[in-house]
Amino acid sequence: MKNQQQSEFHYAFPRTIPVMVGYLVLGMAYGILMKVNGYGVWWAAAMSIFVYAGSLQYVGITLLAAGVHPLYAFCMGLMINARHLFYGISMLKRYQDMGKWKAYLIFALTDETFSVVCNEEVPEGLVKAKVFFWISFLDQIYWLSGTLIGVLLGSLITFNTAGMDFALTALFVVIFIDQWEGQKNHWPALTGVLGTAACLWVFGPDSFIIPAMVFILAVISVVYKRDEKRKEQVGMSKPQTDGRREGAHHGA
Amino acid sequence: MEHDILPGVLIIGALAAATLITRFLPFLLFPAGRKQPQFISYLGKTLPYASMGLLVVYCLKGVAWTSSPFGFPEVAAVMSVAGLHRWKHNVLVSIGGGTVIYMALIQTVVPMFFS
Repeated sequence: MKNQQQSEFHYAFPRTIPVMVGYLVLGMAYGILMKVNGYGVWWAAAMSIFVYAGSLQYVGITLLAAGVHPLYAFCMGLMINARHLFYGISMLKRYQDMGKWKAYLIFALTDETFSVVCNEEVPEGLVKAKVFFWISFLDQIYWLSGTLIGVLLGSLITFNTAGMDFALTALFVVIFIDQWEGQKNHWPALTGVLGTAACLWVFGPDSFIIPAMVFILAVISVVYKRDEKRKEQVGMSKPQTDGRREGAHHGA
Repeated sequence: MEHDILPGVLIIGALAAATLITRFLPFLLFPAGRKQPQFISYLGKTLPYASMGLLVVYCLKGVAWTSSPFGFPEVAAVMSVAGLHRWKHNVLVSIGGGTVIYMALIQTVVPMFFS
């Protein structure tokens, strides 16, 4: 039993190293900013434990300092984190049989954790839920550690860390390439990059995410409808055959 | 500086609630036991790719393309990551190498040649 536990941890840990670098640096910067704004260790820890959403936490500093109405903070939170809806939809299938781990896995589904788990093919013999748990939990530990180091020791850091947060951008680029190479259809990836870039250009850096999401959904639904129509034209009996094949697969 | 506890706690609570909603909503709307609408399964198969594209752009949203250094460090570093990854296919080499190159660019090269 013990061995099993260890092997899931051993498998998960190396996969989180890029996130570790990025989270320690960004978490530290976050802790330092909280401290500068007069929020000590308990405030920063509460944010990184309960909110646990990088970019929203950064915005949260301004919200806290301005003392905004909670309802305003809530709406900002929905808007900034709306992209997480996409991650949830992407993970519906992968996370369907996660048992008691499921709630935490969903709670901890940040951009970075999503990018690691969405592509992860867990090898036979390892318990998937535990691998996903370790990846998610380690990531949050890194984020929290970074935050605490920033609040408590921020003034002692003399090493020039500028640019280290690029590790997270690099992580997303690497996963984008892996996905690209593992897929024959490139239009979803292209829609994501080009559509978002176009929305960034049109709407500016503060309000492009929601238009980009709408655009992506629109393109996907157009392609979906076209595919459906094509299927209908090919033959009416097709869906039934598909259903039977799936049933046979489950039986085996 | 001392901050009042209650307003801060309410704001943190509001941010936590909003985040929980965005993360849990898909799983609540389409619970595991029930059959998913076909379009949702289709989204589940296509959105991971679109999301990663969105995230790459999201990371680069702060780049000032129209003023010096015109996004040079970001473009060069992203291309290094892509090149290293196509070449070695080692995640840590690609990310580590790209990050070191980016740090060198913004800490030494850009101040030397672009200011």
